[in-house]
Formats: sequence, structure tokens, C-alpha cells
Amino acid sequence: MRPFSYQRATDPDMAVQALSAAAAANNPLTQATAQPLAGGTTLIDLMKLDVTRPTAIVDINPLAQAWSAIEPGSDGLRLGALAKMSDVAAHAEIQRNYPVIANSLKLAASAQLRNMATLGGNVMQRTRCSYFRDVSYENCNKRNPGSGCAAMDGVNRMHAVLGTSDQCIATYPGDFAQALIALDAVVEITGKGGTRSMSFAELHKAPGNSPDIETTLQPGELISAFSIPGRWPRSVYLKARDRQSYEFALSSAAIALDVQGGTIRDARVGLGGVATMPWRAREAEALLKGQKFDEALAQRVADAAFADARGRRHNSFKIALGKRVVARALQQAVTMEI
Amino acid sequence: MSDQSSSRPSGFDRRAFMAGAAGSALMPMTARAAAQDASAPAAQDPSLPVEVTLRVNGKDKRLRIDARTTVLDALRDHLKLTGSKKGCDHGQCGACTVLIDDRRVVSCLTLALAAEGQEITTIEGLATDDRLHPMQQAFVDNDAFQCGYCTPGQIMSAVACVKEGHAGNEADIREYMSGNICRCAAYPNIVAAVKQAAPEIMKG
Repeated sequence: MRPFSYQRATDPDMAVQALSAAAAANNPLTQATAQPLAGGTTLIDLMKLDVTRPTAIVDINPLAQAWSAIEPGSDGLRLGALAKMSDVAAHAEIQRNYPVIANSLKLAASAQLRNMATLGGNVMQRTRCSYFRDVSYENCNKRNPGSGCAAMDGVNRMHAVLGTSDQCIATYPGDFAQALIALDAVVEITGKGGTRSMSFAELHKAPGNSPDIETTLQPGELISAFSIPGRWPRSVYLKARDRQSYEFALSSAAIALDVQGGTIRDARVGLGGVATMPWRAREAEALLKGQKFDEALAQRVADAAFADARGRRHNSFKIALGKRVVARALQQAVTMEI
Repeated sequence: MSDQSSSRPSGFDRRAFMAGAAGSALMPMTARAAAQDASAPAAQDPSLPVEVTLRVNGKDKRLRIDARTTVLDALRDHLKLTGSKKGCDHGQCGACTVLIDDRRVVSCLTLALAAEGQEITTIEGLATDDRLHPMQQAFVDNDAFQCGYCTPGQIMSAVACVKEGHAGNEADIREYMSGNICRCAAYPNIVAAVKQAAPEIMKG
């Protein structure tokens, strides 16, 4: 690990100040010389791998007092960005009214990592692309912009089939983000000018021609909270993976439905493990609205969700797998008892 | 090396010999520490050691360390508490699991500086007097290890697993113990050990 200076931020202004200090010379955020430390489960790992090379660490854990509240309300849910994954997953009201959130968190990582990792850090976690994580591969447009992509013609079994570009096919690895994007979450960002809010769907960027730019966050900005409008008791997170536990998704689906009298009034479909960023399948959602559920509909929805998917040599199976995951998750959501 | 409170074992000691043979590991760190003002929020000079007080198994330990030091390395290399094991050093295997403020975490991804002011419990802090902790006894009773390298992490994780209420059935134990990898695959016996110890731990 390279040397860094360590600083504890005891209030948001201090954190923003410390993170902005080096910002001018640094763009994008992923290459910023000052990095915030929350749970550290991604950051310290990538620093040991020499993938991330900050010269300054700003420990924002002292902000947890103000930024870790779990607040279910009558018109929605607010989650502090420094809430721990394990605490949110274990919260009775979230299990009852937002099972897609509780299960996306519970099925991620291990008990130890969920005790450390925060919600804000979780959505900012970097790809698990093995070519990105191993600096001995020279070609990685995400790590070394313009250097090429070793995954394109490499072993790309774990890579994305949606949202890819000819520069990068790295999969966005998270689970929780799929629940957030499906539920129309709003992300609250604290920066130099105070706080601003935007749709969670606007946080992440597709790789396009600049895979090193992963989000619309600027250096000096921190996620301080997430808000989820409404309640979604009829929701599921289904995750297919190589192991039964403690593994990233090959394919996952975050499904939330509002069903009244057998008719689907509203439907949300998020996809994980298959895309370069948190992914919402709006075409699939449109097919569900106003319909009564049956297996044929589930199949059409699954086909629509993967209509634009593009497989490569080793990952085309994700298209077939992903469709089955969507169809099965829909089935589970329709039949679950609430 | 700068821990005044730990007593060195007398006579020949394999670990001390190896550390000595490796060169500078037992040399006192040169006293060119920064004169740190504890109240100043300013970032420290990364080329200088930093003073930190870690509370480990109920005792305060004052250390002078590189800011990059993880809790795991602080325990093993500076406090000679070598029960916590370094497996992958990347948060994947669970061998380094300790409790921080009663929650299980991987100490290899936790910076020592960030753990200041928190209560760290390691495998060395589990037994009381000469009596093994019920989970330690259960691992012995159920032959829940082969080579033993993952065992301290397994036991720390298992204690937390029970206290979290995630040891009610075998499926839960397997799910919530999945962050601890056992290369010898002693999993059935580990599950049996957790099952055995759970009621006693919950009884308090």
C-alpha cells in the first residue's frame, strides 16, 4: 500500500473541505487523490491491490451519528448513507415493507463485511472485473484510460451483457443498488454548496468512451442519504450465483409489484450481475402494468428485459439465466404472502 | 515493538527467533515521531509514524505505527497477539475476524487508526481465567477443525453469529458463517460446534 495521510472528519463541512482540497487537479472521482473512508471494505482492498492510490484518506465514520439513521415513515423510507448493511437488513420494518431492500443487503457479501460496509459505500463499490483488480494487466480502460480492455477477448464469463461499450464490459457488482433503482430512490448528496438531491438512476454512468468515470459525483461530494418513496411489501430480490452464499451475482432481479384484485397496477424491475451499472428494465415494467400475471407474461417480460443484451464469448449464458431469474422472481413476487 | 505492557516470553521462542532472524522486526522504531497535537484535525505526515491507542481485550495499548497498519497487523506484529490469522489479507477468507464493539469484522480491512476508541476483542480475550469460552470448548468437543488456521476467525465469527440470533438452525448457521472459509472443509463439525455452544452463550 502506498503512503497516505489520515484525517478524521468530525463534521460534514470538514469532510467536504478535506476531500475538495485536492479536487482541482483531480478528475475523475475514481482517481481523486483524497478518498473518503467509510467501511473500507472496497477502498482498503483496492489500495492493497494498488488499484486505488489515494494520498489522503478522510475517515468519515465520525459522521455516522448524523448520517446513519434508518427512518421508515408513512410516505416512504429514509436511510442514512453511513447506516451499516447489516443493520438495515435486520430492521423489522424494512423486512416487512421493503423486502427487496432487506434481501438485497442480506444476500450480499458476508456477515463481517455487512457489519463494516455502509450503504453509501456499497453503491459506490467498484467492479470485480479481474482485469481491473489485477494491475499486472496493462489493458484496462477503467484503470488506465485509453489502454484497452483485456476482458473483451479474455475470460469474460463474469462480465456484463447490458450497458456495455467497446471500451468496457465490467459488471457493476452490487445488489442494493438494484433495489434502489427499481424503487425510484432519491440520493442526497452533500458537497461544498450544501446538499442536493437527484434520482438514484442518475448517479451511475454507463462506461461509454470513459469507463474511468463511473458516477456523476464530483470530488468533494459525499452521499449522505437515500430516500425511497412509498412502500413495497410485495417485492423480492432473487440472486443466482456460483455459490449459495457469499458470492457476487451472476444474475439477479429486484422486483416490486403493486397488485390489486389480481391486476398489476405498478411494477418495477431492476437487474444485477448482468449490466455495467445499476439497471432498470423499464420496457419490461411497461409490459406488466395493467395485466394479470401468468407464465406467458413472465416470459415476455423477461425477453423484453434482455432485448438489448449482447453476450460475448464466455458470458452469453447470462442472457438465458437472466431471463429465468426475472421470470422466477416475478412468480415469487406475485405469489408471496404479504 | 513499542508496546510496553506486553511481557516477552522467556527462553527460546520460535516466533521471536524468526522475527529476529528476519532482520529489523524487533528493532525499536527510531524516535522521529511527529509531535502530534491530539486536538488538531489536520492530516498527519504520511512519512512519520502515528500514535494510536487501541483497546484490546479490555486493555489500552499505546502504539506508534505507520498509518497504513491494519488492525490485524497491529495485533500480530505490534502486540504479538498472533491468534488472529492472516489468510487472504483482502477480506475474503475471514481468518482475521475479530469483534469491534461486539460486532464481527475482518481486521485486515480495518485501519488501526480508524479503530481507535473502540473495543477490540480477539481470540485471546475470549477465555475467562483458565476456562475456555463455550464456543472454544464446543470446537474442541466437536473436532471442528483440522489444520486450525481458520479456527480463531471461525470462533470469533461464531460467537457473534450466536449473539446476533443467527444460529437458530443449521441453514442459518451455514448462511451466516459463510464469511469464514475452511480449506480443510471441517464445515459439518463447525456447524455442530456452533449448535452446541449457542444455548449456553444465549443463556449468558
